[in-house]
Amino acid sequence: MPPPAGAGRVALCVTKYLTKWAPGASMPGMASQSPSPRGTAALGDRALDNLTFIRDTMARATAFTGVPGWGGVGMGASALVAAALAARQATPRGWLAVWLADAAVAFLIGAWSLGRKSRLLEGAALTRPARQFFLSFSPPLFAGVLLTTALWSAGQGRLLPGMWLLLYGTGVVTGGAFSVRAVPLMGLILMTIGAVVLFVPAWGNAGMALGFGGVQIGFGLFIARRHGG
Amino acid sequence: MARTSSARKPEATARGPDGRGRLAAVRGRGAAQAASLDQVIHERKRLAIVSALAVHDSLSFTELKALVGITDGNLSVHARKLEDAGYVECRKGFAGRVPRTDFRLTSAGRRALDGYLDHMEALIRRTRDG
Repeated sequence: MPPPAGAGRVALCVTKYLTKWAPGASMPGMASQSPSPRGTAALGDRALDNLTFIRDTMARATAFTGVPGWGGVGMGASALVAAALAARQATPRGWLAVWLADAAVAFLIGAWSLGRKSRLLEGAALTRPARQFFLSFSPPLFAGVLLTTALWSAGQGRLLPGMWLLLYGTGVVTGGAFSVRAVPLMGLILMTIGAVVLFVPAWGNAGMALGFGGVQIGFGLFIARRHGG
Repeated sequence: MARTSSARKPEATARGPDGRGRLAAVRGRGAAQAASLDQVIHERKRLAIVSALAVHDSLSFTELKALVGITDGNLSVHARKLEDAGYVECRKGFAGRVPRTDFRLTSAGRRALDGYLDHMEALIRRTRDG
């Protein structure tokens, strides 16, 4: 008697899928419906890592790029001129007058170029990172104004170059925490020059030419090329 | 614009105060959570693009490339996927005579990022709850 139609197919199916069947066996993947503690911790770690990544990306994207590169070049150039003029002064008072005049000129150049770049970047100077930049940048400068008055009155004018470089560099570093990487790096270099000049006051004028002049021109060109304006 | 089915999943499970609906969805599923994530923005480079665009009205191709740190080709591919999902809008124009491409996050993209953040926070809460 011939086997019924489909019997061969049933036999093949049994051979193929059920030969290793044993009572009590279960599929490994069905054993647990909840994750192991280690698996849950790993998921949590990855989630935390993802949140950190998002936060870092957003912080990087909002870095204040309104620092004016060409303004830095202008301020640096004025500092080089001031250093040359100050070196020719016969009296400390004349030397101080030259540098204070340069500070005023540099402030005007900085303010004008910042406004110009802000307009180009459609209000970058009004953003939150910009406000954080100025809030961090201003206190060291204010301290510098007070210390200048106090040190000059005490007859310690030779300490001014180191103090100016150190405090300006500090302002650039703290303000630069909310800006592109080149800015805090420039601040660190200014602080280093300031620290050296503070202990070797004889290098004061040369140190300011290097810091306020050369360093600002170099980083200004880099910022202008890399971040515009 | 077309949107992939995977892109809809987080929005569908994000309901409930403080993401409780999402937390409920997370609880007890373990590794299966990976499958319910929005795979369009779960990929690191696309997540970086969406995160960067979330804090700007728009970014040019060059700015986005510098921020995310990828090549022109990679940015084009990832931006296209986000555009296909309806998360990113691409505008091509000219700045003077120079071609310029600008990207902007759409409202769907912002919702997707919010949903993704909710999902991550729910996973972390789940870990802390033990």
